[in-house]
Amino acid sequence: MTRVTRQYRFSASHRLHAPMLSEEANRATYGKCNNPYGHGHDYVLQVCVGGPIDSETGMVMDPRKLDELVETAVMPHLRMRNLNDLSAFSEKVPTTENLAMLAERMLSESWLPAPFPELVGVRILETKRNIFETPGLRAN
Amino acid sequence: MYITRRAEFSASHACYRPDWSEERNREVFGEAANPRGHGHNYAVEVTLEGEPDPVTGMIIDLKEVKTILEREVIAPFDHRFLNHEVPPFETVVPTPENIARDIWRRLAPSFTGGRARLANVRLFETEDLFVDYAE
Repeated sequence: MTRVTRQYRFSASHRLHAPMLSEEANRATYGKCNNPYGHGHDYVLQVCVGGPIDSETGMVMDPRKLDELVETAVMPHLRMRNLNDLSAFSEKVPTTENLAMLAERMLSESWLPAPFPELVGVRILETKRNIFETPGLRAN
Repeated sequence: MYITRRAEFSASHACYRPDWSEERNREVFGEAANPRGHGHNYAVEVTLEGEPDPVTGMIIDLKEVKTILEREVIAPFDHRFLNHEVPPFETVVPTPENIARDIWRRLAPSFTGGRARLANVRLFETEDLFVDYAE
Protein backbone atom coordinates (compact mmCIF):
# COMPACT_ATOMS: atom_id res chain seq x y z
CA MET A 1 0.00 0.00 0.00
CA THR A 2 1.27 3.43 -0.91
CA ARG A 3 0.37 6.31 1.35
CA VAL A 4 -0.29 9.86 0.24
CA THR A 5 -0.40 12.63 2.83
CA ARG A 6 -1.82 16.04 2.12
CA GLN A 7 -1.44 19.01 4.41
CA TYR A 8 -3.98 21.75 5.20
CA ARG A 9 -3.85 24.77 7.48
CA PHE A 10 -6.40 26.46 9.68
CA SER A 11 -6.37 28.97 12.48
CA ALA A 12 -8.61 28.53 15.49
CA SER A 13 -8.81 29.40 19.16
CA HIS A 14 -9.48 27.23 22.18
CA ARG A 15 -9.42 27.17 25.94
CA LEU A 16 -8.50 24.03 27.85
CA HIS A 17 -10.88 23.78 30.76
CA ALA A 18 -12.49 20.60 32.13
CA PRO A 19 -15.93 21.42 33.58
CA MET A 20 -15.72 18.56 36.09
CA LEU A 21 -12.58 20.01 37.68
CA SER A 22 -12.38 22.98 40.06
CA GLU A 23 -10.99 26.34 38.88
CA GLU A 24 -7.85 25.59 40.82
CA ALA A 25 -7.44 22.08 39.42
CA ASN A 26 -7.98 23.46 35.89
CA ARG A 27 -5.24 26.05 36.39
CA ALA A 28 -2.93 23.38 37.78
CA THR A 29 -3.69 20.96 34.94
CA TYR A 30 -3.70 23.26 31.91
CA GLY A 31 -1.56 26.22 33.06
CA LYS A 32 -1.62 29.08 30.57
CA CYS A 33 -3.87 27.06 28.23
CA ASN A 34 -6.60 27.62 30.83
CA ASN A 35 -6.65 31.40 30.28
CA PRO A 36 -10.41 32.22 30.46
CA TYR A 37 -10.27 34.27 27.25
CA GLY A 38 -8.69 31.41 25.29
CA HIS A 39 -5.79 31.53 22.85
CA GLY A 40 -5.18 30.37 19.31
CA HIS A 41 -2.94 28.40 16.98
CA ASP A 42 -2.16 28.06 13.30
CA TYR A 43 -2.95 24.37 13.16
CA VAL A 44 -1.69 22.07 10.44
CA LEU A 45 -3.88 19.10 9.53
CA GLN A 46 -2.30 16.21 7.61
CA VAL A 47 -4.63 13.65 6.09
CA CYS A 48 -3.08 10.32 5.10
CA VAL A 49 -4.75 7.98 2.59
CA GLY A 50 -3.52 4.59 1.45
CA GLY A 51 -4.10 2.35 -1.53
CA PRO A 52 -2.56 0.93 -4.68
CA ILE A 53 -1.06 3.18 -7.36
CA ASP A 54 -3.47 3.20 -10.30
CA SER A 55 -1.56 1.83 -13.29
CA GLU A 56 -3.19 4.26 -15.75
CA THR A 57 -2.97 7.53 -13.85
CA GLY A 58 0.04 6.77 -11.63
CA MET A 59 -1.94 8.14 -8.68
CA VAL A 60 -3.36 6.65 -5.49
CA MET A 61 -6.10 9.27 -5.65
CA ASP A 62 -6.94 12.57 -7.25
CA PRO A 63 -5.73 15.07 -4.61
CA ARG A 64 -8.41 17.53 -5.75
CA LYS A 65 -11.07 15.14 -4.47
CA LEU A 66 -9.46 15.00 -1.04
CA ASP A 67 -9.14 18.80 -1.02
CA GLU A 68 -12.84 19.11 -1.73
CA LEU A 69 -13.71 16.61 0.98
CA VAL A 70 -11.57 18.39 3.58
CA GLU A 71 -12.94 21.77 2.51
CA THR A 72 -16.55 20.65 2.87
CA ALA A 73 -16.45 18.13 5.74
CA VAL A 74 -13.83 19.61 8.05
CA MET A 75 -12.72 23.16 7.38
CA PRO A 76 -16.07 24.95 7.76
CA HIS A 77 -16.22 23.62 11.34
CA LEU A 78 -12.67 24.48 12.35
CA ARG A 79 -11.23 27.34 10.32
CA MET A 80 -11.39 30.70 12.14
CA ARG A 81 -13.51 29.18 14.90
CA ASN A 82 -13.40 29.08 18.63
CA LEU A 83 -13.21 25.31 19.06
CA ASN A 84 -15.01 25.48 22.42
CA ASP A 85 -18.12 26.56 20.47
CA LEU A 86 -18.32 23.24 18.60
CA SER A 87 -21.01 20.84 19.78
CA ALA A 88 -18.35 18.09 19.84
CA PHE A 89 -16.61 20.10 22.56
CA SER A 90 -19.66 21.02 24.62
CA GLU A 91 -18.61 18.37 27.12
CA LYS A 92 -15.14 17.45 25.92
CA VAL A 93 -12.03 19.57 26.27
CA PRO A 94 -10.72 20.79 22.87
CA THR A 95 -7.25 19.39 23.40
CA THR A 96 -5.51 18.51 20.17
CA GLU A 97 -5.80 14.80 21.05
CA ASN A 98 -9.59 15.25 20.96
CA LEU A 99 -9.37 17.51 17.92
CA ALA A 100 -7.41 14.91 15.93
CA MET A 101 -10.01 12.26 16.74
CA LEU A 102 -12.80 14.67 15.78
CA ALA A 103 -11.16 15.53 12.46
CA GLU A 104 -10.72 11.84 11.68
CA ARG A 105 -14.38 11.18 12.52
CA MET A 106 -15.57 14.11 10.36
CA LEU A 107 -13.56 12.73 7.46
CA SER A 108 -14.66 9.13 7.84
CA GLU A 109 -18.33 10.14 8.03
CA SER A 110 -18.07 11.90 4.64
CA TRP A 111 -15.49 9.55 3.08
CA LEU A 112 -15.87 8.71 -0.60
CA PRO A 113 -16.71 5.16 -1.71
CA ALA A 114 -14.14 2.85 -3.36
CA PRO A 115 -12.16 3.11 -5.60
CA PHE A 116 -11.26 6.15 -3.48
CA PRO A 117 -8.46 4.91 -1.19
CA GLU A 118 -8.91 4.30 2.51
CA LEU A 119 -8.34 6.86 5.26
CA VAL A 120 -5.19 5.82 7.15
CA GLY A 121 -5.24 8.53 9.81
CA VAL A 122 -4.67 12.18 10.60
CA ARG A 123 -1.86 14.16 12.17
CA ILE A 124 -2.35 17.61 13.67
CA LEU A 125 0.49 19.99 14.41
CA GLU A 126 -0.81 22.37 17.06
CA THR A 127 2.49 24.19 16.80
CA LYS A 128 5.72 23.07 15.16
CA ARG A 129 6.60 21.43 18.47
CA ASN A 130 3.35 19.71 19.44
CA ILE A 131 2.26 16.93 17.12
CA PHE A 132 -0.72 14.58 17.55
CA GLU A 133 -1.49 11.45 15.51
CA THR A 134 -4.38 9.03 15.36
CA PRO A 135 -3.38 5.36 15.77
CA GLY A 136 -3.87 4.36 12.11
CA LEU A 137 -0.71 6.23 11.12
CA ARG A 138 1.43 3.92 13.22
CA ALA A 139 -0.28 0.65 12.28
CA ASN A 140 1.19 -1.46 9.51
CA MET B 1 15.80 0.82 14.75
CA TYR B 2 15.25 3.26 11.96
CA ILE B 3 17.40 6.03 10.58
CA THR B 4 16.39 8.55 7.98
CA ARG B 5 18.47 10.63 5.62
CA ARG B 6 17.00 13.54 3.65
CA ALA B 7 18.07 15.01 0.33
CA GLU B 8 16.62 17.61 -2.00
CA PHE B 9 16.40 18.05 -5.75
CA SER B 10 14.59 20.45 -8.03
CA ALA B 11 13.05 19.20 -11.24
CA SER B 12 10.26 19.83 -13.68
CA HIS B 13 7.56 17.42 -14.74
CA ALA B 14 4.23 17.20 -16.50
CA CYS B 15 1.48 14.83 -15.41
CA TYR B 16 0.48 14.02 -18.92
CA ARG B 17 -0.08 10.91 -20.98
CA PRO B 18 0.78 11.37 -24.67
CA ASP B 19 -1.65 8.55 -25.53
CA TRP B 20 -4.57 10.53 -24.07
CA SER B 21 -6.41 13.55 -25.50
CA GLU B 22 -5.79 17.04 -24.10
CA GLU B 23 -9.25 16.94 -22.53
CA ARG B 24 -8.71 13.63 -20.76
CA ASN B 25 -5.32 14.77 -19.45
CA ARG B 26 -6.86 18.01 -18.14
CA GLU B 27 -9.71 16.15 -16.52
CA VAL B 28 -7.49 13.64 -14.70
CA PHE B 29 -4.41 15.71 -13.89
CA GLY B 30 -5.77 19.29 -13.85
CA GLU B 31 -3.24 22.10 -14.23
CA ALA B 32 -0.37 19.63 -13.74
CA ALA B 33 -1.15 18.30 -17.24
CA ASN B 34 0.45 21.27 -19.03
CA PRO B 35 2.82 19.35 -21.36
CA ARG B 36 5.39 22.18 -21.18
CA GLY B 37 5.90 21.17 -17.54
CA HIS B 38 6.21 22.90 -14.20
CA GLY B 39 8.62 22.37 -11.34
CA HIS B 40 8.97 21.50 -7.69
CA ASN B 41 11.58 21.56 -4.97
CA TYR B 42 11.32 17.87 -4.17
CA ALA B 43 12.68 16.32 -1.01
CA VAL B 44 13.25 12.65 -0.39
CA GLU B 45 13.56 11.03 3.02
CA VAL B 46 15.00 7.54 2.95
CA THR B 47 14.43 5.40 6.03
CA LEU B 48 16.62 2.39 6.78
CA GLU B 49 15.94 -0.30 9.33
CA GLY B 50 18.47 -2.42 11.17
CA GLU B 51 20.35 -3.15 14.37
CA PRO B 52 23.36 -1.01 15.29
CA ASP B 53 26.74 -2.67 14.89
CA PRO B 54 27.94 -3.51 18.43
CA VAL B 55 31.36 -1.95 17.80
CA THR B 56 30.52 1.22 15.86
CA GLY B 57 27.06 1.79 17.32
CA MET B 58 25.81 2.53 13.80
CA ILE B 59 23.28 0.78 11.57
CA ILE B 60 25.05 2.27 8.59
CA ASP B 61 27.43 5.18 8.11
CA LEU B 62 25.18 8.10 7.12
CA LYS B 63 27.96 9.43 4.87
CA GLU B 64 27.53 6.26 2.84
CA VAL B 65 23.76 6.85 2.62
CA LYS B 66 24.46 10.42 1.50
CA THR B 67 26.78 9.17 -1.26
CA ILE B 68 24.25 6.57 -2.43
CA LEU B 69 21.44 9.15 -2.49
CA GLU B 70 23.58 11.58 -4.47
CA ARG B 71 24.60 8.91 -6.97
CA GLU B 72 21.24 7.15 -7.43
CA VAL B 73 18.76 10.03 -7.05
CA ILE B 74 20.21 13.54 -6.96
CA ALA B 75 22.61 13.13 -9.92
CA PRO B 76 19.96 11.77 -12.31
CA PHE B 77 17.02 13.91 -11.07
CA ASP B 78 18.33 17.33 -10.07
CA HIS B 79 17.57 20.12 -12.56
CA ARG B 80 16.05 17.75 -15.10
CA PHE B 81 12.73 17.61 -16.93
CA LEU B 82 11.70 14.18 -15.68
CA ASN B 83 9.43 13.30 -18.62
CA HIS B 84 12.19 13.90 -21.17
CA GLU B 85 15.44 13.15 -19.41
CA VAL B 86 14.92 10.54 -16.71
CA PRO B 87 13.85 6.98 -17.53
CA PRO B 88 11.26 5.50 -17.08
CA PHE B 89 9.31 8.77 -17.15
CA GLU B 90 9.18 8.98 -20.94
CA THR B 91 6.49 6.34 -20.60
CA VAL B 92 5.51 6.41 -16.90
CA VAL B 93 3.64 9.50 -15.64
CA PRO B 94 5.93 11.22 -13.10
CA THR B 95 3.32 11.55 -10.37
CA PRO B 96 4.81 11.72 -6.87
CA GLU B 97 3.59 8.15 -6.33
CA ASN B 98 5.51 6.88 -9.37
CA ILE B 99 8.59 8.95 -8.50
CA ALA B 100 8.62 7.49 -4.97
CA ARG B 101 8.36 3.97 -6.41
CA ASP B 102 11.15 4.67 -8.91
CA ILE B 103 13.42 6.03 -6.16
CA TRP B 104 12.75 2.87 -4.11
CA ARG B 105 13.80 0.74 -7.07
CA ARG B 106 16.93 2.80 -7.72
CA LEU B 107 17.98 2.56 -4.07
CA ALA B 108 17.04 -1.03 -3.18
CA PRO B 109 20.11 -2.72 -4.80
CA SER B 110 22.44 -0.54 -2.66
CA PHE B 111 20.89 -1.82 0.55
CA THR B 112 20.90 -5.57 0.12
CA GLY B 113 23.00 -7.85 2.26
CA GLY B 114 24.19 -5.20 4.74
CA ARG B 115 22.95 -4.30 8.21
CA ALA B 116 20.59 -1.66 6.84
CA ARG B 117 17.39 -2.62 5.05
CA LEU B 118 15.44 -0.09 3.00
CA ALA B 119 12.24 0.50 4.99
CA ASN B 120 10.53 3.53 3.47
CA VAL B 121 10.88 6.21 0.81
CA ARG B 122 9.04 9.44 1.56
CA LEU B 123 8.88 11.85 -1.33
CA PHE B 124 7.73 15.43 -0.77
CA GLU B 125 6.44 17.03 -3.95
CA THR B 126 5.71 20.18 -1.99
CA GLU B 127 5.57 20.93 1.71
CA ASP B 128 1.87 20.08 1.53
CA LEU B 129 1.96 16.74 -0.31
CA PHE B 130 4.10 13.71 0.36
CA VAL B 131 4.03 10.02 -0.56
CA ASP B 132 5.29 7.06 1.49
CA TYR B 133 6.34 4.05 -0.57
CA ALA B 134 7.65 0.67 0.55
CA GLU B 135 7.85 -2.77 -1.05
